[in-house]
Amino acid sequence: MATLAQYDLGEHVECVAFIEDEAFFAVADGKVHFPALNKGVEAHESLLCATPERGGKAMLTGGEDGRVLRVTTEGWKQLAEVPGKWIDVIASGPNGAVAVAAGRSVFLIVDGQPRQFDHARAVEGLAFMPKGLRLACARYNGVTLHWGATQSPPHELQWEGVHIGVLPSPDGRYIITAMAENALHGWRLDARKAQDSHMRMSGYPAKPKSLSWSAKGKWLASSGAQAAICWPFTAREGPQGKAPRELGTRKDSMVVEVCCHPVADVVAIGYADGMVIVVRIDNGVENLLRSSGQAPVSALAWDDKGNRLAFGTEAGEAGVVTL
Amino acid sequence: MSDTIPVTVLTGYLGAGKTTLLNRILTGDHGKKFAVIVNEFGEIGIDNDLIVESDEEIYEMNNGCVCCTVRGDLVRVVQGLLKRKGRFDGILVETTGLADPAPVAQTFFMDEDVRAKARLDAVVAMVDCRHFGQTLKRAPEAEDQIAFADVVLLNKTDLVDKDALEDVRATVRHLNPHAVIHTAERAGIDLDEVLDRGAFDLDRILEDDPHFLHDQAHDHHHDHDHECGPDCDHDHHHHGAKLDAATHDTTVASISLRGGAMNPDLFFPWINKLTQIDGPDILRLKGIVAFADDEERYVLQGVHMIVEGDHQRPWRDGEARETRLVFIGRGLDAEKIERTFRACEVEPAKAA
Repeated sequence: MATLAQYDLGEHVECVAFIEDEAFFAVADGKVHFPALNKGVEAHESLLCATPERGGKAMLTGGEDGRVLRVTTEGWKQLAEVPGKWIDVIASGPNGAVAVAAGRSVFLIVDGQPRQFDHARAVEGLAFMPKGLRLACARYNGVTLHWGATQSPPHELQWEGVHIGVLPSPDGRYIITAMAENALHGWRLDARKAQDSHMRMSGYPAKPKSLSWSAKGKWLASSGAQAAICWPFTAREGPQGKAPRELGTRKDSMVVEVCCHPVADVVAIGYADGMVIVVRIDNGVENLLRSSGQAPVSALAWDDKGNRLAFGTEAGEAGVVTL
Repeated sequence: MSDTIPVTVLTGYLGAGKTTLLNRILTGDHGKKFAVIVNEFGEIGIDNDLIVESDEEIYEMNNGCVCCTVRGDLVRVVQGLLKRKGRFDGILVETTGLADPAPVAQTFFMDEDVRAKARLDAVVAMVDCRHFGQTLKRAPEAEDQIAFADVVLLNKTDLVDKDALEDVRATVRHLNPHAVIHTAERAGIDLDEVLDRGAFDLDRILEDDPHFLHDQAHDHHHDHDHECGPDCDHDHHHHGAKLDAATHDTTVASISLRGGAMNPDLFFPWINKLTQIDGPDILRLKGIVAFADDEERYVLQGVHMIVEGDHQRPWRDGEARETRLVFIGRGLDAEKIERTFRACEVEPAKAA
C-alpha cells in the first residue's frame, strides 16, 4: 500500500528530483525546498527552469535574474550569469557540464568556463546526448547539435516548424522534439539517407510537452492527449507505421506530465486536474496514487530504485508517494 | 476567463512615443503592477525588474500559412511571467516600430497555453501627428498598425495645428472607423483610457450609430472620396479604397454590417468559410451577434483566419436584438460579404 507525504509549497513547482535520496522541489518563486528536512534554499527572485545534475548530487537552476545556480541542501553556488536575460532552459551533462539557453544564445559551461553558441532564433529546448559532450538545441525549424569538446561545426537537423523541447533516446540513436504544432518529430541519427531519418508522430490535441523514455528505451511516453501516448521503439526504424499504446485514458482530463520508472516498464502519469497514477506499459494496469487537486501536475520524478515518486503541481501542492 | 491576465499591445511607428507612454505607465501612481515586454531596453530609464527584454521571434505555424504566424518569444515569456499567480495586474507588450501587429495578436488566440492564462485586452496604436502623413507614404506597416488598433492615441498634438490634427484624425478614422481615438501631448493620457479596456471596447465601438461614420465624413469634407458604387446602398458603410490625395492613398478599408437575428446553422459556416478564404485580407473583425432564440449576446472577434466568439451576457430588456459586424481589411468584396451575411438572417433587422 502506498503512503503519501504532502506539502504545500505555495507556488508553481517547476521541477522535482531525488538528490542523494532527498526529494528536491524547485518552485517558481525561486526557492528550492527539501521538505522532509524541513528546510530550503532561496536561490532566485523568480525561478524559470531547473534540472537534476547528472550523477544526482545537486539541482541546477536558472532564473529571471540571469543567474545559473547549483543547489544542494547546504545552499547555492553560482555557476554563471547572463546579465539582463532570462535563463529559459537548463540541461545537465557529463562531468559537471551545464548548458543554458537565454533567448538566442546558448552557454555551455565546462569546468567553470562558459562557451557561447549563438543561433539565428531562440533555443527553446536543450539536452545533452547520452555519450560525450554533445549538445542538442531545439530551435525554430529543427535541432542544432553542437560538439562541446571540439571546434567542429555544428550538425543541423532540419524540420519546418516550432520545436519547443528535445530529448535524445538513452542509446543516442534517436533525437525527439516536441513541437508547438501538437506533434513529435524524430530523427534517426544512423539513417543512411537524410530523407529516411525522419519520424513524425502526430495526432495530439495539445502540445506534447512532457516526454520520457522507458527504462530500456523500448517506449517513449508523451503528454498532450487524454491518455499517455507511448510510442514503440523496438524496431530499427522506430515507431513509423506502428500505433502507439494509449495508457491511463480519461474522458475528463488531459495528461500533462509523464515520467517512466527507472527499472520497470511502468509510467507515472500526471493529469490537468491533479490526478497522479502509475500504469504498467505492457498490460495497462493502473494504480491510483492521488485522485485530484487544485491545479495541473507540473512535475514528476522517481527515485533511483523506483520506490518513491515525487510530484508537484502548478498551485504548489507537492508530495512524495512511497510505493 | 475572469482570472486571465489582460495584455495590452502597444504599437506605433518609430518615434510615435511608445517609450514615453511606457515610462508613464511604469512610474504612474495607479496602484497597479505591470510587466512590460520590450524588444530592447533602449530608453526605458527605469531599473525595474518588471521589464523583460525579448527578441521578436515570428514563427510560422502549420507549414507557413501567413495567417498562422505567432510571436514565439511571447508564448515563452508570458507563460514564464504567469507561473507565479497574483504577481501582475497586467502585461504590456511593446512592438518595434516596423512590426506587423498580426502575429502579436494571433499569439493570444492561437496558443492554448497562453490563452489559458492571458487575454488580449486591447491593441493600442500611437501616432506621431507631425510625421503621420510621411510615415504612411513610406511604411505600409504604419497603416496596418492603425487598422489593427482598438485604441489610437494621437500623440504630439502640440507639434501640429488644429487643421493638421483633424487631417490626421480623419485619416485614422478612415483606416479604422471603429477605433477609439484619443489625443495627447507627450503621451499624457489617462491610463484608464488605454489599460484594461475589457472586451475590446466592443460595446462602445459597436453601439455607435453607424451613420456617425457617414456624418463625420461629411464634416471633414471627404465625402467626395467616398465612392458610392452600385454595391453601396447605405445600409452598410463601405469606405472605399481612396481618401483625398492630400492625406494618403490608403489600401485599407472597412465594412460595417448591421442585421437582425442570425441562424447559427448558417452564420457559423458562413463566418468560417469567409475567414478561411478571405482571411489573408481581413486584418481585424469584431462584432456582436444576435442569434435567433438565444437569450444571450454573442461577441465575436478575429484576426486574419482566426475567429473566436463566446456568449457575453443576457440581452437587456429593451435592447435591440441586432447583429453588428465590422471587417477591416484590404481588397474585401463588400457586396459579396453583405449578400452572404444577409443570407444568414432569420428575419430582417428591426427598423432603427
